[in-house]
Amino acid sequence: MQLDAKIPSGPIEKAWDKAKFEMKLVNPANKRKHQIIVVGSGLAGGSAAATLAELGYNVKCFCFQDSPRRAHSIAAQGGINAAKNYQNDGDSIYRLFYDTVKGGDFRARETNVYRLAQVSVDIIDQCVAQGVPFAREYGGTLANRSFGGAQVSRTFYARGQTGQQLLLGAYQALERQVDAGRVKMFPRTEMLDLVVIDGRARGIITRNLVTGAIDAHVADAVILATGGYGNVYYLSTNAKGSNCTAIWRAYKRGALFANPCYTQIHPTCIPVSGHYQSKLTLMSESLRNDGRIWVPLQKGDKRPPNEIPEQDRDYYLERRYPSFGNLVPRDVASRNAKSVCDEGRGVGEHGLGVYLDFTDAIQRLGRATITERYGNLFEMYERITAEDPYHVPMRIYPAIHYTMGGLWVDYELMSTIPGLFVIGEANFSDHGANRLGASALMQGLSDGYFIIPYTLGNYLASTKLDEVSATHPEFIEAQASVANRTRQFLNSAGTRTVDSFHRELGKLVWDDCGMSRNAPGLQQAITKIRDLRDQYWREVKVLGNSQEINQALEKAGRVADFFELAELMCIDALHREESCGGHFREEHQTPDGEALRDDEHFSYVAAWEYTDPAPVLHKEPLTFEYVHPSQRSYK
Amino acid sequence: MRLVLNIWRQPASKAPGKMVRYESANLNPDMSMLEALDVLNEELILKGDSPIAFEHDCREGICGSCGFVIDGIAHGPIPKTTVCQLTLRHFEDGEELYLEPWRSRAFPVLRDLMVDRAAFDRIIAAGGYVSVAAGSAPDGNTIPIKKEDSDRAMDAAACIGCGACVAACPNASASLFVGAKISHLGLLPQGQPERDKRSLSMVSQMQREGFGQCTNIGECEAVCPKGIHLDVIARMNHDFIHANWNSRS
Repeated sequence: MQLDAKIPSGPIEKAWDKAKFEMKLVNPANKRKHQIIVVGSGLAGGSAAATLAELGYNVKCFCFQDSPRRAHSIAAQGGINAAKNYQNDGDSIYRLFYDTVKGGDFRARETNVYRLAQVSVDIIDQCVAQGVPFAREYGGTLANRSFGGAQVSRTFYARGQTGQQLLLGAYQALERQVDAGRVKMFPRTEMLDLVVIDGRARGIITRNLVTGAIDAHVADAVILATGGYGNVYYLSTNAKGSNCTAIWRAYKRGALFANPCYTQIHPTCIPVSGHYQSKLTLMSESLRNDGRIWVPLQKGDKRPPNEIPEQDRDYYLERRYPSFGNLVPRDVASRNAKSVCDEGRGVGEHGLGVYLDFTDAIQRLGRATITERYGNLFEMYERITAEDPYHVPMRIYPAIHYTMGGLWVDYELMSTIPGLFVIGEANFSDHGANRLGASALMQGLSDGYFIIPYTLGNYLASTKLDEVSATHPEFIEAQASVANRTRQFLNSAGTRTVDSFHRELGKLVWDDCGMSRNAPGLQQAITKIRDLRDQYWREVKVLGNSQEINQALEKAGRVADFFELAELMCIDALHREESCGGHFREEHQTPDGEALRDDEHFSYVAAWEYTDPAPVLHKEPLTFEYVHPSQRSYK
Repeated sequence: MRLVLNIWRQPASKAPGKMVRYESANLNPDMSMLEALDVLNEELILKGDSPIAFEHDCREGICGSCGFVIDGIAHGPIPKTTVCQLTLRHFEDGEELYLEPWRSRAFPVLRDLMVDRAAFDRIIAAGGYVSVAAGSAPDGNTIPIKKEDSDRAMDAAACIGCGACVAACPNASASLFVGAKISHLGLLPQGQPERDKRSLSMVSQMQREGFGQCTNIGECEAVCPKGIHLDVIARMNHDFIHANWNSRS
């Protein structure tokens, strides 16, 4: 298979304008004749569904939650980047582009990233107009802060709830279209298969999570906006329901899966407290703007933090990276936390934690300023740990937070199945091997508000689609296979719960395909995952029936897909014989322990095609005409 | 740690329900209330009993999915805390608790502790937005907004739509929820053109959904996990009356 990314020719600054002009348009009167399916209602899906409906398309939007407002975008805390340069501190579209390509460790597509930086400014305008209450200065203008590895202040925020406010903006725009009759919303409905007819995506199969009904939905195009797959690790900062089923089903129907091993580990999460733990809680990275990270200098130092004098502390990020200090990008901060803990200098009961200390900031700025900046985060920390971070340093540890990998898409955000578009975290496109802070919200909204409305129109206007109905044999087959799979879980007379398997799988993937990876570990993980998966199908126990609310049954299907994805992640991680961004192969590091890329052999997107028994690798070479690959240095 | 949990069990919307007593011994004070239910559910499944259905997703207090009544208090005894962040350290070892779903005609029970809150979505659809199509917005700094106004709008916008306010209100009124959205948008210049229309249609929709009237009891504010203030109801009433007056002239 030859991958054509459809990258426009010519100078990068003009690429998106040129592409937009060359795209075919759908006649306004014909838009309502097109049925579009959007799966997922977060920043990407919600904004896409609302915008397509505004344009006049007929949209069906699906989410597994009880309301589109619950999508996990809501939990994003820190902010959203935009190259507005309101602070007059040297920002520009080019700089945001440059930072994102470099931050992604030169594994993203330049033209996509440039477009993202261009569109970023329109997103802020759109959200302000919707009534998103961004933080403001006393003069009434928008406030900014610097965030996660950026040396300019380009992050817009709404307290520690930026994701919530942006999502509510998109959700309200979506509900407006629901009221206008242009969007039909299907909450509590989960996509369980994709239907491909004559090589084109023509619909989906869903299960109604209240009645259990398995339904077919026909469309002219399908847009997946189903988020990331971080829950493969069981413990992650993702919402409990976040899952890979939609993209995995699409993969098995022929969409290529790109860079599955690129996962992001967020450095500032509350450490695990016990085996019963069901998820990890993120503390916004903005805390690193004022907090100082340290561990005891000596291993085994069990004194309480306030009794450890300055000379016995190691502010290891400030020591190793004097120019970026505590603000190094996420992958670097996470790896360093792991390495000091591996040395036995970690803090907390299990030794898996480092301190994030606000003592100096409180002395310098006063408690009131710290409360203004981080009050809600401090409260949340105390609620969970029963420790007061104004007096005792926070304990933090890295946790899985985001997945840069996802379904392969071209410049128009279309997968290798014509008519199947993938947007937001669900695609692989813009972050390379590492995402910078405050870039996920930007990408989700960019895809939904400003890119898909053009590229979808181009597909519809340039494609002749035959009439199909839900009685087409492909629909009947997909519907039957979904029903059959559901029955299989209910008929398995096993002895173990879904969660017990998921926890075991998660630990396996975390240990061998987590913050650092090596060949023997990955090979062993692949064997173990296969064994555990076989055991899963034999021994899982799911009660109840399929015609009722059955949360264990929902989980059973998702975990089955996580098993298969976990294996592909390890295969991808094993094949990528280099370290880049979030993918750290122990065999490939510089003498001082930094990630060592191999541009000569691995400057490509690894896109995997599903075939039985083993996936086939396709490569999309990456070329860098503007930002010359160099070793990222934050020293 | 051990707890005795009396939990409302109801297999489906139309089926009768009842309280069922469970003893859970394998708990830990650092667990959240939802993790306690996870542990109990695993035990139930292994025994062949159907697990307790409850709504949850982010488990960090922001998605608004979770929520049930504990000993008569929506989201339990700790202020400004959803059940997903309510840790067991706030309870005594061996304590007996009663867990029930939100009770309101407008929120029918779906199963066990799950209710249907789609009425909230329909209220937002009726007018809880600013009509602005993608691409039509002016530069974000075109209209300066007083920091105080923006901060107050944000206070109201913090609502997570969990429905605790309705569950706590003796009238099952949704006024805190509706007032929060009307205040959020009404405090900002962008919300002005549709301000009258918004309050008229959202308040009418609230009434159509079967929520009760506000009689200034204040239970909603007491249980709101985001600390939304009763002021928003005053603002809703003000806007509603004002809009009615305007629509006459």
